[in-house]
Amino acid sequence: MADATLDHHDRRGFFTRWFMSTNHKDIGILYLFTSAILGFVAVAFTVYMRMELMDPGVQYMCMEGAALTPQADCTPNGHLWNVLITGHGILMMFFVVIPALFGGFGNYFMPLMIGAPDMAFPRLNNLSYWLYVAGASLAVMSLLVPGGNNQLGSGVGWVLYAPLSTSETGFSTDLAIFAVHVSGASSILGAINMITTFLNMRAPGMTLFKVPLFPWSIFVTAWMILLSLPVLAGAITMLLTDRNFGTTFFDPAGGGDPVLYQHLLWFFGHPEVYMIILPGFGLISHVIATFSKKPIFGYLPMVWALIAIGALGFVVWAHHMYTVGMSVTQQAYFMLATMVIAVPTGIKVFSWIATMWGGSVEFRTPMLFAFGFLFLFTVGGVTGVVLSQAGIDRAYHDTYYVVAHFHYVMSLGAVFCIFAGIYYWIGKMSGRQYPEWAGKLHFWTFFVGANLTFFPQHFLGRQGMPRRYIDYPEAFALWNEVSSWGAFLSFGSFVFFIGVVFWTLFAGRRVTEDNYWGPSADTLEWTVSSPPPEHTFETLPTPDMWDHQRGH
Amino acid sequence: MAGHKNHDYHVLPPSLWPLVASVGVFTMLFGAVLWFSPSVMNNQPWVFLIGLGVVLFSMVRWWADMVAESRAGEHTPVVRIGLRYGFILFILSEVMFFAAWFWSVFKHTLYPMNAYPGSQYVPPEIHAVDPFGLPLINTLILLLSGCAVTWAHHELTTDGDRRDVKLGLLIGIGLGVIFTGLQAYEYRELILHHDWVFGEDKFFSNFFMATGFHGLHVIIGAIFLFVMYLRVRAGDFTAEKHVGFEAAAWYWHFVDVVWLFLFLVVYIWAL
Repeated sequence: MADATLDHHDRRGFFTRWFMSTNHKDIGILYLFTSAILGFVAVAFTVYMRMELMDPGVQYMCMEGAALTPQADCTPNGHLWNVLITGHGILMMFFVVIPALFGGFGNYFMPLMIGAPDMAFPRLNNLSYWLYVAGASLAVMSLLVPGGNNQLGSGVGWVLYAPLSTSETGFSTDLAIFAVHVSGASSILGAINMITTFLNMRAPGMTLFKVPLFPWSIFVTAWMILLSLPVLAGAITMLLTDRNFGTTFFDPAGGGDPVLYQHLLWFFGHPEVYMIILPGFGLISHVIATFSKKPIFGYLPMVWALIAIGALGFVVWAHHMYTVGMSVTQQAYFMLATMVIAVPTGIKVFSWIATMWGGSVEFRTPMLFAFGFLFLFTVGGVTGVVLSQAGIDRAYHDTYYVVAHFHYVMSLGAVFCIFAGIYYWIGKMSGRQYPEWAGKLHFWTFFVGANLTFFPQHFLGRQGMPRRYIDYPEAFALWNEVSSWGAFLSFGSFVFFIGVVFWTLFAGRRVTEDNYWGPSADTLEWTVSSPPPEHTFETLPTPDMWDHQRGH
Repeated sequence: MAGHKNHDYHVLPPSLWPLVASVGVFTMLFGAVLWFSPSVMNNQPWVFLIGLGVVLFSMVRWWADMVAESRAGEHTPVVRIGLRYGFILFILSEVMFFAAWFWSVFKHTLYPMNAYPGSQYVPPEIHAVDPFGLPLINTLILLLSGCAVTWAHHELTTDGDRRDVKLGLLIGIGLGVIFTGLQAYEYRELILHHDWVFGEDKFFSNFFMATGFHGLHVIIGAIFLFVMYLRVRAGDFTAEKHVGFEAAAWYWHFVDVVWLFLFLVVYIWAL
């Protein structure tokens, strides 16, 4: 039966449209904006941290008060430092990257690319979004309420390791735990929605292996969220009861074991890093194919590589814990299993390169970001293989080498994917196109800035500088200063990007074509207008609209 | 054709409940933290209770909307398939939630921290529960309850007697309530008469949190079944169209299976 409300789509009020939404495109946009705001907060934290790390000694984060100019008389405030790294980690992991890629692009483009009129459970979709906001609010509140050391906020690190997290005083950590609970519930509901949509609402004739790679990546990510986040929910519930109700899951005084927490956390935590990057993999495949003017090379292996990465992601978690005293046999297993992941990842990287090979590559901004991603992710992947070796990890564990490694794959890999996606689709989403020179300027400043920030951290790690410290000896001064300049450049670039987005939204050149990238962008979102109408595919797409019989 | 739907999927009108529910969740959890913290509100639960009330209210209104949509014929066959997928996936996530608790039980039983004093899994001084006493009876009660629900389900799908559907549900719910009562009785006995405590030792932590979360799920499942009973009484459901009923039955069986594992692992093996 026809839905009566379909008739009033032009008369939706602001509140109805954005606060009561059941529309996957609007919810996707909400996700993107919210994650950008939280991303700005998390990035601001790092800028302040890089200011502090720019020179040996503590100049800004003082017990006398957090300063913006260097202070001569400064008693170091380690708690503030710890709160900032914790806040940066929790926000980035749970509230920025996944909501942007999975919640934002996943919501907006997964249904469009499979020809679905909306998500399977549109109302639940909005619950996912608002729970994400509720969780983010709890996370931000946790920074502002009494925590450890008689100060505000908790400084236990995003991993919330016991016994630090179970002994931190105040109630800041409790709020952080609930924030992760709520964000997890939001992601699980989103995952249920994505899987159901993918399985139940593909366009007529679109069999599983005809689905484009981005929906595939969302589908695999959703499975990882569904199966791993509840385990984290259990683990942090144990933290909560250990903190408040006297249980001793992780307290040796009552026969508990803090290493159990690490296992439970990383059983979620390792799939988590693939949840962060897999939607990026899917997205990048479309960008590279579009701007190489060739269909993606090796579609079927690309799909199976996604599935393999998803499955392997569940059986390698303890490579984060080589130094906790596991037996050599366990370490050998986790080392070998981890290295196996390089195979499907290699399939993806080489297939992207093969897609470009012989293509007519056009370096528009999204392609630049895809290219940047490819380079940076490969660097991060290679250091990942280095770190996967239990013996070498003895030396690198908890040094800046690890920081450099995971920022290359996440801060650079995943974030470059987000930027590629925004430049690729902003015309589709807003109906206005960004100025090409501005996108390119953003790319180059960001690419240089990010590399300048994180590449020297490899050297610092090899010199032995430990992570998560507010201060360091003179010997590490040079590369820390370089890294800080890189961070400031990246931050400037990010601010410029925000300007580019707002300029585009309010004054960008209007997009008149449905498919402004030309015929090599051949998935279904390019068959609808820019911006798309409120309800897309009210008549389901026919196979000739999406089945180009190429590439597979 | 713009503005006209030519497919069987469910395109929903805007809804206020997701926003209200999320405000409720925020209030509830913030209130819970205030409740736990002696320093802020003298351990008063009011903020928590207000949040909980908002969450429950939005759940009731949301699901009332769904029932109304179902009655209005919005739940076409393809939408019903989607709802089933969704519910199975939800149960799968619940399974993984219990995996965390079982993980802790397994870890502490298989690898007790023997190098440290007093760290065998079962502290020797504790009063052991005989798994083949009350826990076995409870197992049978829960399994029987599952049978009764299956009977109700069978009567529904084969267009049998509606009274049998109601009877099966009521028996299933009744047995679920008896199970919960006996669990509460067991907790009470152990704590009051056998010096068991909540916490202080990883054995008690595991026992009470694992069985406690299961108990919570039994209560939720029984309420779910009771709502289905009310819907059957109100004349909802046909042999082909009864997604809510099916979901409640699946949920009940899931709760059953979790119990079987708890019985095997926590009672027989680990106690």
